[in-house]
Amino acid sequence: MSRPLTVTITVNGHRLTRSADGHLSLLRWLREVANVTDPKYGCGEGVCGACTVLMDGQEISSCIVLAAQADGCEVTTAAGLCESDGSLGPLQQAFHQHHAAQCGFCTPGMLMCAVAMLADGRAGSRAGIREALHANICRCTGYGPIVSAIESARDAAEVAEPGVAEPETAEP
Amino acid sequence: MSADEVRRSKADELSVVRQPLARRDQEEKIAGTTRYAGDMVSPAMLRAALVRSPVPCARVTRRDAAEALKVPGVVEILFGEDVPHNAVWVDVPGQMIEVAPLKANMEILATDQVRFQGEPVALVIAETEEALVEACELVEVDYQDALGVFDPDEALADGAPPVHPQGNLLAQWHIDSGDVDAAFDGADLVVEGTYQTQPVDHAYLEPEAGVGWLDDDGVLTLRVSTQVVAHYRDVARILGVPEARVRVIAPYVGGGFGGKEDMTVEPYIALAVWRTRRMVRMEWTRQESLQARAKRHPMRMRYRTAARSDGTIVGQDIDITADSGAYAYLSALVLLYSAVHACGPYRVDNVRLRARCAYTNNPPTSAFRGFGGMQVVLGYESQIDQVARQLGLSGAEVRKRNSLVKGDVLPVGQPIETEVLLGQTIDAVCEAAGQPPVPSGPRRAAGRAIASNMQSYGRLVWLNDSAAAWVGYEPDGSVRLRCGVQDVGGGQASSLAQITAELLAVPMDRIAVHFGDSALNPEAGTTTATRQLLMSGNAVHDATVQLRDRILAAVAAETGELPQSLRLQDDHVVGPSVRLPVTEALAVCRRRNVPTEGLSTFFGPKGITVTTQLRAARVFPDFTFGTHLCDLEVDLDTGQVFLLKYIAAHDVGRAINPLSVQGQITGAVAQGLGMALLEEVVLEDGSNLTAGLFQYLLPTATDIPDIEVIVLESGEGLGPFGARGIGEPPIGPPLAAVAGAIRDAVGVRPTVLPITPERVLACVQQAPVTLHGQ
Repeated sequence: MSRPLTVTITVNGHRLTRSADGHLSLLRWLREVANVTDPKYGCGEGVCGACTVLMDGQEISSCIVLAAQADGCEVTTAAGLCESDGSLGPLQQAFHQHHAAQCGFCTPGMLMCAVAMLADGRAGSRAGIREALHANICRCTGYGPIVSAIESARDAAEVAEPGVAEPETAEP
Repeated sequence: MSADEVRRSKADELSVVRQPLARRDQEEKIAGTTRYAGDMVSPAMLRAALVRSPVPCARVTRRDAAEALKVPGVVEILFGEDVPHNAVWVDVPGQMIEVAPLKANMEILATDQVRFQGEPVALVIAETEEALVEACELVEVDYQDALGVFDPDEALADGAPPVHPQGNLLAQWHIDSGDVDAAFDGADLVVEGTYQTQPVDHAYLEPEAGVGWLDDDGVLTLRVSTQVVAHYRDVARILGVPEARVRVIAPYVGGGFGGKEDMTVEPYIALAVWRTRRMVRMEWTRQESLQARAKRHPMRMRYRTAARSDGTIVGQDIDITADSGAYAYLSALVLLYSAVHACGPYRVDNVRLRARCAYTNNPPTSAFRGFGGMQVVLGYESQIDQVARQLGLSGAEVRKRNSLVKGDVLPVGQPIETEVLLGQTIDAVCEAAGQPPVPSGPRRAAGRAIASNMQSYGRLVWLNDSAAAWVGYEPDGSVRLRCGVQDVGGGQASSLAQITAELLAVPMDRIAVHFGDSALNPEAGTTTATRQLLMSGNAVHDATVQLRDRILAAVAAETGELPQSLRLQDDHVVGPSVRLPVTEALAVCRRRNVPTEGLSTFFGPKGITVTTQLRAARVFPDFTFGTHLCDLEVDLDTGQVFLLKYIAAHDVGRAINPLSVQGQITGAVAQGLGMALLEEVVLEDGSNLTAGLFQYLLPTATDIPDIEVIVLESGEGLGPFGARGIGEPPIGPPLAAVAGAIRDAVGVRPTVLPITPERVLACVQQAPVTLHGQ
């Protein structure tokens, strides 16, 4: 047995100090210790993307990161994208409008992957979005609605902040 | 009007049904608040896991848990002897007693023999995950390797090692209709082809999981990821308790696709709860799910097709062998689906079919979206393409010439009783596709093909299928819908609410659907066989009409209006001189002792059980028809396939929710494309070499193109408002559309799935010399 540790992780804005045995993955810590169950277990080896969260802004597979590695970090999960009253945030609304969830099991991971690609400019085209989604598996939708949702969230963000995400279109 | 006529409303009379409503279940899934079966987790629960056989075929000579029991935190370790009734029985219908038993069984925990790699041998129960993992490794099982058999043809050969004492032939089906030999003798053209499909994994994102506990009144309760809450009856038999003392709850399921039709975690959680009287959680790892849960049947299909020079198909001579793996599961029925669907959506008067499935020491095979009706699409559509090419006709023309029409009779004897829009689906995809693709470079080749299919919806008629639903008003005018349907992600629950919303003119957000509970809801039956819209949809329709008519009759009696002059509109009962809020109408009902609820059971079409020699007036309730078109490009040097365009058209009868219909079609296409190009459970002498998602290749967003969906609505289906089922039908055509488009591109037809780059290159090598390297 590994030595018991205590970690402090800020999850969706809530600072939590809890035990975390040395071998415990961040995914299991979130689900079983912190009772944050929207990140899902899908493969346990960082392939399917169902456990995707942001750790200090970085997109990671929480099943292959130790809780101990997240000590002192900020973790954002899909539930953290909701507004303070629990209603859907803008990206989530785009997913809803485009019917981008069916069984919904991949959805929390897909959302966090989308947040990351929208933040670092990889969502410029449908092909770019598909490329950025390559490590998140969906078995229900055929991906098209997810791509469309991310596209429309990108466009809505550009309307809100014109020019930020598309400097290359500026006229000479 | 008959109930059937009442259910088939005209499209323009509908105001909620046919609307592309964003589903309410999606909202909570996207918010991350849905509690899936595995999301109930707390340190107070016991954990359970299985010790599985590492070898595919062995006698078990010793099992010893002494060392494992010493691990701190281990509570119990169970072997087969500890299971009150250590067997699950499945029906193997229609077989002669000398071929196979009418029932086949498998042990819950294997005792003296294991027949496939991953077969459960022991159940370990512990306080923590860590103790569980350690104890599983310390359970000692000695295996004495025995000679196994890993190919169905070898399994059926004389002297093959018997997987089960009664031999390796599990089931066979024959069709003999018309005069096949005369048809082939008189034909202008005979084409032959042999096609091979592979074992495939469902690979739903949610691995098998659940929690169980003893509830009030001693009711053993399981909350599990399943397509079939009715397995509570199997659990009761295994434990030897009354069926009424077991309850299964199915929350929203993270994908099923047939893989959660058979029991997975249920018997093990139940045993653990029964022994410990505590709350127990079990979650299979992805690796054990890939290794040990039943797969799609690999099939070897040999087709000989006879045609006239005008393209008319006059005969089919078909031979199919399927691998059932180590246990029966649903193999006999899957093979029956293959037999009935083997000629496709075409009228063929002379048919000889021989189909068999054999036990081997491979992982078991069972239900998977398409259920035997989808593998044969590769066979019959490749044959149709060959006929067209050899006669210099277009594939579209030959398909339309041979299309079934209402009134035709299938080779098995079942008449087609609803309108067939196959020709319209062919025209629709061809018109939408525009110009054929051209290669993007010198070492590229481009191709296009179409593929049509038919797939049954609803269960085999002799299973006497039924579904029940309850609909009731609350005094505030909101509505509860109770129906035991399992929602596996296709919008099953939401579609039922949409039907009730239409009939009661109640907004969707004032309807609550209580689903997936075997104890508290009317029994809806399985979410399998593309049956829920047909069965539970009709039950909800009929229960809602019963409720509506009760309310209108009560208001009519109160006001002196004629009941038929009243209707529900905007939460009011409305008539020539009446406009009464529903809340007041409900008060009228209470004063007049009129129930404000409806309960109805819908019974599916009936028929008698078939025998090995298939000849039946009816096998399935009805069929869904469709056509897909695929444009692709092949890299002639690497064999890589790039999908350029994909269009799918189906007659869905009536689209209850067009978004859900579209989702079912795009999802099935993606799964079919994965099977066509990527996916394969690779087995080497029964050992699974693809028991991880690094090894098992699933299609990603970069593999699947945007899929264009064309929905046709004949209004001819047997479901509510004339709907047909659409869950399974779109998964078959991608196999043949991709193979046909590669044939179109490189000149040689791939016949073995998946069509890997190596197999594409093999086609290129055999192709006319112009395609070879410069």
